[in-house]
This record gives sequence, C-alpha cells and structure tokens, in this order.
Amino acid sequence: MSHDQSLNPETMPNEPEKATLEGKNKFLGFWFFLGGETVLFASLFGTFIALRHSTAGGPSADELFGLELVFIMTMLLLTSSLTSVYAVYHMRNNNFKKMQLWFGITAILGFAFLACEIYEFTHYITEYGFTFRSSAFGSAFYTLVGFHGGHVTFGLAWLIGLMLRNAKRGLNLYNAPKYYTFSLYWHFIDVIWVFIFTVVYLMGKVG
Amino acid sequence: MKGWMGKFRAVFLLGLTALVLSACGKENLTALDPKGYGADKSLDLIILSTVVMLFVLAVVVVIYTIVLIRYRKKKGQEDFIPKQVEGNKTLETVWTIIPIILLLIIAVPTVTATFNLADESDSNEHLNIQVTGNQYWWHFNYEGQEIQTSQDMYIPVGEKVYLNMKSSDVIHSFWVPTISGKMDVNPENENTMYIEAHEEGVYWGKCAEFCGPSHSLMDFKVIAVSQDEFDQWVADMQNVNPDAEPESTVAQEGKALFQENNCMGCHAIGSSPVQVGPNLSDFGSRSKLAGIEEMNKENLVQWIMDPESIKPGNKMTGNYPEVSKEEAGKIAEYLLQLKPSEITPESAKD
Amino acid sequence: MSIAAAQKRSFGAVLWDYLTTVDHKKIAHLYLFGGGFFFLLGGLEAMIIRIQLIKPENDFVSAGFYNEVLTMHGTTMIFLAAMPLLLGLMNAAVPLQIGARDVAFPFLNSLGFWLFLFGGLMLNCSWFLGGAPDAGWTAYTPLSTTSPGHGVDYYVIGLQIAGAGTLIGGINFLVTIINMRAPGMTFMRMPLFSWTTFITSTLILFAFPALTIGLFLLMFDRMFGSAFFDVGLGGNTIIWQHLFWIFGHPEVYILVLPAFGIFSDVFSTFSKKRLFGYTAMVFATILIAFLGFMVWAHHMFTVGLGPVANSIFAIATMAIAVPTGIKIFNWLATMWGGSISINTTMLWALGFIPTFTIGGMTGVMVASVVADYQYHDTYFVVAHFHYVLVGGTVFGIMAGLHYWWPKMFGRVLNEAMGKLTFWTFFIGFHLTFFIQHFLGLMGMPRRYWVFLEDQGLDLGNLISTIGAFFMAFGVIVFLYNAIYTAVKGEQAPNDPWDGRTLEWAIASPPPHYNFKQTPLTRGLDPLWIEKREGKGEITPAEPLGDIHMPNSSFLPFMMSLGLFIAGFGFIYQVNHNWAYVLLFGGMAITLVSMMIRSLKDDHGYHIPKEELEGEAD
Repeated sequence: MSHDQSLNPETMPNEPEKATLEGKNKFLGFWFFLGGETVLFASLFGTFIALRHSTAGGPSADELFGLELVFIMTMLLLTSSLTSVYAVYHMRNNNFKKMQLWFGITAILGFAFLACEIYEFTHYITEYGFTFRSSAFGSAFYTLVGFHGGHVTFGLAWLIGLMLRNAKRGLNLYNAPKYYTFSLYWHFIDVIWVFIFTVVYLMGKVG
Repeated sequence: MKGWMGKFRAVFLLGLTALVLSACGKENLTALDPKGYGADKSLDLIILSTVVMLFVLAVVVVIYTIVLIRYRKKKGQEDFIPKQVEGNKTLETVWTIIPIILLLIIAVPTVTATFNLADESDSNEHLNIQVTGNQYWWHFNYEGQEIQTSQDMYIPVGEKVYLNMKSSDVIHSFWVPTISGKMDVNPENENTMYIEAHEEGVYWGKCAEFCGPSHSLMDFKVIAVSQDEFDQWVADMQNVNPDAEPESTVAQEGKALFQENNCMGCHAIGSSPVQVGPNLSDFGSRSKLAGIEEMNKENLVQWIMDPESIKPGNKMTGNYPEVSKEEAGKIAEYLLQLKPSEITPESAKD
Repeated sequence: MSIAAAQKRSFGAVLWDYLTTVDHKKIAHLYLFGGGFFFLLGGLEAMIIRIQLIKPENDFVSAGFYNEVLTMHGTTMIFLAAMPLLLGLMNAAVPLQIGARDVAFPFLNSLGFWLFLFGGLMLNCSWFLGGAPDAGWTAYTPLSTTSPGHGVDYYVIGLQIAGAGTLIGGINFLVTIINMRAPGMTFMRMPLFSWTTFITSTLILFAFPALTIGLFLLMFDRMFGSAFFDVGLGGNTIIWQHLFWIFGHPEVYILVLPAFGIFSDVFSTFSKKRLFGYTAMVFATILIAFLGFMVWAHHMFTVGLGPVANSIFAIATMAIAVPTGIKIFNWLATMWGGSISINTTMLWALGFIPTFTIGGMTGVMVASVVADYQYHDTYFVVAHFHYVLVGGTVFGIMAGLHYWWPKMFGRVLNEAMGKLTFWTFFIGFHLTFFIQHFLGLMGMPRRYWVFLEDQGLDLGNLISTIGAFFMAFGVIVFLYNAIYTAVKGEQAPNDPWDGRTLEWAIASPPPHYNFKQTPLTRGLDPLWIEKREGKGEITPAEPLGDIHMPNSSFLPFMMSLGLFIAGFGFIYQVNHNWAYVLLFGGMAITLVSMMIRSLKDDHGYHIPKEELEGEAD
C-alpha cells in the first residue's frame, strides 16, 4: 500500500489538516500544548506583576518605555497573524504557491518584530544601563518579554524549516497538519504579545 | 464553650496519655500541654477536628469490618455472581451531605480563630519586640526600650507581647509550641504575631523552617516572668555597661583578648545595634550555649576554638583570628561572668 | 516482553529494541524499571534518615550530608519513583483498556521516558560531582539560591528535563484518550483507571508549567545573576513558594488520582461487582482535580498571607474532603454485597482504605489554619503526607503491579511472597508513621538532622526507625519475588482474575499491535458483559485489515542525551569556560535530532492482513 496515495489524494479534503488520524492527534495535542503554554506565561505574568515596582533604585517602567516603538511592534505582529490566516485560507483551497507566499510574508513581519525587539533591548541596556541583573524588575521584564521573543524566534525557525522542506513537494495530508499547527502557534504568540503590550507597557506607562 | 471544651480536653488528653507512653512529650516543649494563648486556640481546634475525624474513621472502619466479614467469597459458592448494582441516589446523597455538615463544624471555628489571632489592632498598647532570624540564632530588640539581646527572650507573664519578625538571611520560622503556633520569618517583609504566656517558666523555641545544616540546632528560649521581675530585668539590661571591668583577673585578661581579637565587630554587649553575631549582654545567664549545649566553660572553650564542631555551617567559623586554648579559656571566663540581672532562666524556673 | 522470547535474541538486539522502541507496552517496562530503580534509591535514602534519627544527637551522618539525603529522598520519591511508576502502569494498561492499538504520539511517548530517565540521572550525578542538592525537595528560596556548590543546580536542571518529559506524557495521554478510544467506548464507559489517567494528565498539563517557570527563575538567579529572589535588589522569595505550590499541590493529586483509578478497578474486579456509583466516582475525581488547583496556599498558612487568604484556602481545602469521602464510601459500597476474593492485589487495596482514611483525616486537620500553626513543618505533616502518598500512591502502585503483572510480563507474581511483602510493609508503615503524628505535636519539626536528648522524643523516633526496617524488608521480598517470577513464575492466562475490562480480552502479554481487530464496546465493563450476556469474547468492530504501526526511533534517546549533556554545560558555565563546549554541543545534538525528526518523513509501516491471519488470537 503506497503512502503517497493516501497522503496525496486526487482532491484535497476541505480541512486537510484534520483528514488523517495523525493530523487530528497533532491538532488536538497542539491545543493542549498551548494550554500548558498559557499557564507558563501566566506564571511569568504573575511574577512580573509582583516585581514590576521592584526597581531597586534603577530606572522604572515609566522612565524606560516609549510606546511608539512598542506600537509598531504590536502592529507588525498583529499583521503577521493576519497574513498567516490568509496562508491557511490558501491551504484549504489547495493553493500551495499562495500559501507559501503568505507564510513568507508572515516570516518577514516576524523578523521585523524581532529586529525591533533586539533594538529595544539594546537601547535599554546602553542608554539606561537597565539589564537583566540590575533589579528584580529588570529580571522579570527581560524574562517575560524575552520568553516571548524566544517563542517568536523558535516559530520563525520552524516556519522557515517547513517552507524550505516542502518547497518542492507541495501540499499533502502529511505536511498540512504541520503548517496548520504552526499557524496556531503563531496566533498564540500574537495573543501573548497583546497581553505583554497591556501589562508591561501600558500599565508601566500609566500605572 | 470554654467550660465543656476544658472538660473535653481533660478526657481527650487522658486518652492520649494511654496512647503515647511518654505522655504528651516534654513539658514546656510540647504543643499538647499548652500554656499560652495561641497554643490554647490551636489545641482547641486540634481536639475538635480530631474528634470529628475520628467519628468519620469509626464509620468507615465499621462498614469495612462488616464488608470483610460478610461478603468474603464463600466455600461452595465460587460461581456466585453478585447483583450488579449501579448505585443508590439516597445513599450517595447521604454521604455527600453529612461530610459537608461535619466540615462546617470544623470550618466555622477555624475561620473565627484565624481572624482572632490575626487581629493586631492593639499592638501599640503592648510590648513590641523585633525578632530577627539568622543562620542559626535569634536576635531580639525590645522596641523603645534600648534593649538588645539574643537567644533568650524575656516576656512578662499574662501579657500580650507583639513580635515583629524579619529574617536577615534565609526564611526561618518562629515556634514555641507550648505558647503559640509558628509563623515564618521572611527576609523581605515583617510578619507580626502576638504571644501570651499563662504561666511563668522557660519555654523551648525551635526554628521550624528548613534553613541549612544547623536548622535542627537553632533552638531558643522564651522566658516568662512576673511583671515585677520583668521590670527589674528591663532596668538591669538597660544598665549594661559594655566597658565594665570584670572582677577576676582572668576575666579581665579575657576582656582584653575579646577586644584585641575584635570580637565586638560582630558581638555587641549592651544596647548597641550591632547584630552580625549574637548579642552577649546577658551571655552568662543564658540557659544554653548556642541554644543547645549546656552552658559551661568547657563547652564554651570548644565553641570559641571550633564552633563548626557544635553548629555546622555557622557564620562564625573562619571569620575570626585563631585563638589558643588558653586564650579561649580566658575569653570564656569573661563571657560567663556577663550576668547583668538576677532574673535568669534559673530564677524563672522556680 | 516475554522473558523466554527475549532470551532467544542477543542481548544487544534486546537493548537496541528498548532504546528505540515506541511501543507503549515496552515503554511501560522501561518506566517500571527506571522508576523501580529510583524507588530503591529513594528507599535507601529513607533508611539513612531513619538510622540517623534512631537515637538523640546521633552522628551516623553529618548535617550537610543529611540535608542532601532528605532533599534527594523527597525529590526522588516524588519525581523519579512515584510518577514514573504510575506512568508505567498507565502506559501498560490505558491503551488496552480503551481498545487502542497504541498511544496518539508513540514517538513523544518514548521521548517522555528518556527525558525522565536522563533528568533523574542528572539529579543523581550530583552525588559524585561535589554534593547533592540540600535545600529540601521544596527548594525554598533564598536557601536554595544561596546554597553553595552545584547541588541545587543539579536539582534545577534535572527536574527541568524530567518535568518536560512528564508534560509530554500528559499531553500524550490526553490526546490518546480523546481520539483513540475504540468504537462504543464512550467516555462514560471507560474504566476508572483510564478516567483518572485522563484527569491526571489534565493536572499535569496545567500544573507542570508553573514548576517549569519556577525552575527557570531559580536557574536564572543561580546561574545568570538575575534578582528574582534577591531581596537586596527588590526580589521576593515568596514568589517561589507560590509557583512551587501552584504546581506542588496539584502534583499531590497527580500522584494519588491514578492510584484511585487502580483501586476502583481492583475493588470491582475482586468483588465481582460493577463499581458502585460510577458516575459519582467520575465526577468526584473531576471535582478533586478542579479544587486541587485552588488550595495551594494551604502549604503557606504560616507565611503571613493574612487571615482572609488563609480562611479561603482552608475552606477550599476542606471541601476536597467531600469528593474524597464519596470515593471511600463508594468503594465500600462496591464491596458490599459482593463476593470478595482476597489475594495480594486485593490486600493492597484493602490496606489502602483505613490508611488513606487516616491520611485524609489528618488532611482536614492540617487545613484548619490555627491548628496548622502547630502542625506546619513538623513530623505531624511528615506523617500526614506519608499516609497519603504511601497509603495512597505506593499501595496503589503495588496493587497495580500485582494486578497487571500477568498482562505486562506474561507471568503471575508469587502469592505467598506477595502476602509477606504486604504484611511486613503494611505493619512497618504504620509503625513508622503513626507515631510521627505525636512526635510533631510534641515539638519535633521536620528536616531535623538531630533531635536533642531529654526532650521526650527518643522512644517515638526509635519505634519509627524499627518500622522503617520492616518496610525495607517488605520491599526486598518484593524484589526477590519479581526475579523469582521472571525465572520460575507460572505462565499467565489471558484473563487470570476474571476481569471486566478490555485488557483481559487479549493475550498476556499482548501482541505488539494489541488488538488484531479493534474491539466493539457495548457498555461499562465490556468483557464482563460479553462473558455474562454474550458469547464470552469481544466482538470486533472492523474486518481484519492491515494494521498501521509507527517506526522505532533512536531520536528520543539522542534528544534527551543532548539535553543531559547541555545540562552539565549550564551548571558549569558559571565558573568554567570549558562548559560552553558541553552546553553548545549538547544543544546541537538535541536540535539536530529535532531537525531530523521534522525534516525526515516518517510514515510508519503496515502489518499486512495475511500475516495477521496466520497468528492465533
């Protein structure tokens, strides 16, 4: 029995990511994984909220943060979430080229976000001497935002790996769940960023 | 409430005595023979919850025994297939509701007592002592009294005393079982609790939060004395003169060595706020050396020469110049005569 | 693994088979051997503790070493013994109970095991590399952040690796139970052990990430100079306690709920009765799990959280006693009117009822805040949690081992030795721990290296130590029993206990594809129904066809090995530059293995129908 036959049917089903048992398992398992990730970030948020005023005489949130850059970063990430939705839309229509294109745009936006974040961190360190070690607030800030940044980095590596690996093979029932779980992951990162934007930056400026 | 609780407690303790050969443990250490306000409150709840829970245990054990006697597989009936019962709404409701009621019986007094013990509204009308937990000793600063002391805490009997506790290093927990339950001593915030002893006496205190190698050796004493004795002790302690010359020549030499070796860098005598190491104002009066050993010259010399052999991981080891046995003997002589007050653990025992 | 079959193959072939296996039944063996090994290690540590406390002011071991031993005893027993042994039983039984051919993620299942094993080895390497962690299994900051040497670093990295494995295991079982149930096996027809596995997995999923973060913060503070718990820089040490117990309390239920499942199956099987109040049992389990997440601060009554927080957490904690009570009474009612046969399996289950009831009793007692001011951090609490964790979890594991041993290994454990183990262990257990309730109230805090003379604590401690020797004897007999059974044990039939659930419908041990044809389930206790009302065997739900199987893989081992190596790098980069070689080298091994896994297609293989037709049922 040939696997290619079962994984490359003549007409793609409506939701190729959930057409096989493996795909269904992956889909469900990934949702659970995101549930665990939620607790992970909730713990980090809790820690950050407890320590956000513990500046030990160093710069406070209000002095450090500029909302312009963070707003741009938010827009970049939100837009990248939208472009990944387009990509999945094209996956469902079995239009592999367009899917790759939109995922490509997603990756570019992700890199732009990451560049802004690196610039932001460098700025705090060089201009304000505000580091991971300078206070409990510093540790909590870099850990929370850095964990998110690390997730973005991992997501980009994942996406590029997927796109390169499948560039010549096209879409099938084996790789559709992989693309789809990536898009779930990307939305999740986006949602986390919205919380970071609110809790870290807005509350830092206002609270 | 108080009356029947008291009778109840007597009966209960009698039963307990039968259970445990060594009765309720050592007097003035055990939580089962309380002589303080907090410990009373705790024991009331301990007894109440034990009785309620023993009732539940009894019910379980009775059913369990009946089941084991009546429903074992019987000879000659190996093929017997019991009726497959799905459940029984009434029964299941019963064993849901009754436990809820039993728990309420425990929960209500629990909450009342919790709020009662947390009520600190009258703290400025009473004696306040700042307690500092250190690896592995306790420091007591009598607020507004200019008294600093370590290891032995003197309190007036029958009076509320507020303890404002903070740690200088890791987390400790202040526990004098016979007087009151414990409270953690944290490095970042001050925790307040109050204690009140009903009887005069020397009470054992222990550190109850794991704090390093000598966690089990971090004992201290709470000494409850009459108000008069306490006032005298306060006056005596306020009069401690760190420069006072001892009487014997050996002790005088000891004092010189104490200064030469810069022992005061860590150990204050008198009300100086230095508290790197224990305050030694009433060192000679203390009931125990380092909280645990018998207070005598031999042990003290050993401590001065090699504290590590008595309290592993203590902060004194390696942080002072080496002294000969002879020098240590002289220093010991000096320290042992530091007895500023006639009020001592010995006197409190009478 | 049938031992006889294994002996025919070369040792190397068997080893390679186990190193690369993705078969849940073999992974179960691995978990049982790994967990069993660490259980013996943890038991040895327990004996050192009890010998040290046999008399006042004993100097059998030094204070520093004692603290290492007590830390490792707790950490080992919880993370490296109890959890893996339970995961082993879950792997052995759950896919069979729900009529599945395998778990949802066989590859991840294997990865979970290897992560656990390497995490456990990492922790125990500390013994030989400068000293084990010594800040207690709870590793309270700042004691843990300021503990000298690398001991606590091993704790952090070892648990991080092992914890990741457990999390993966949890997700795997969740998806397996939701997606892989056989036709007709609805949720409300699942055996209770499958149910508790499902709920436990949910707990793992939502509890472990809190520990992951706690460990990260501890790691950053110790190895990279951050200030989360550094009070001087504005840090707060209580955050650790919250994170630890947000994980730690659900962890207690992670350990005890699967045992509840085992007991439910055992009581029902050996009373020849359907489980009384099945629906109530399921919902009681769910309720316990749910409440388990909102009671963590009852470990922190003395921290100074204030009366409001303390009262709320006290009441939430007491509330858990209600569903737990429901369970106890339902078990009793299951036996009521039954035809009870008492063998070793059933003895463990019967021993559990009074023991765990006492543990539950003291659980309610410690929930009473003001009473807890006395109990907290004393031997009373030590007694309480040993009644729960030994009386619940260890008894449950022992019952489960005796119950499923025939299914797992094809042989029945020796009954005489089994009973000897039970009685010595049971008596020894109560000797050891009952007296400790009183020791605590008499003024003995926990984690005490020595207790002083003339404090009325001598006799109690002596009795306790004597009890510990009984327990040790029981464990040694069990060990001998396992070896004896492997060599001379009687061959197990498919259904040695007149079982009720699907695992007893297939061969002992089962073929690697479990069910030749997926079984059709017609109700709760499907095998029982078929035996009483049907033709005595399970009806297949599909015609015989090709069976799709996953490929074995060496990658899980490599991924875990990489993290193991990188772990040393993390620990030693603080003061040695060469450690970066380990750090980057190890990470490279893991990342390359992950890349191979993602980039190389792995479609598994098929067992053709013709081959299956040749095999007997």
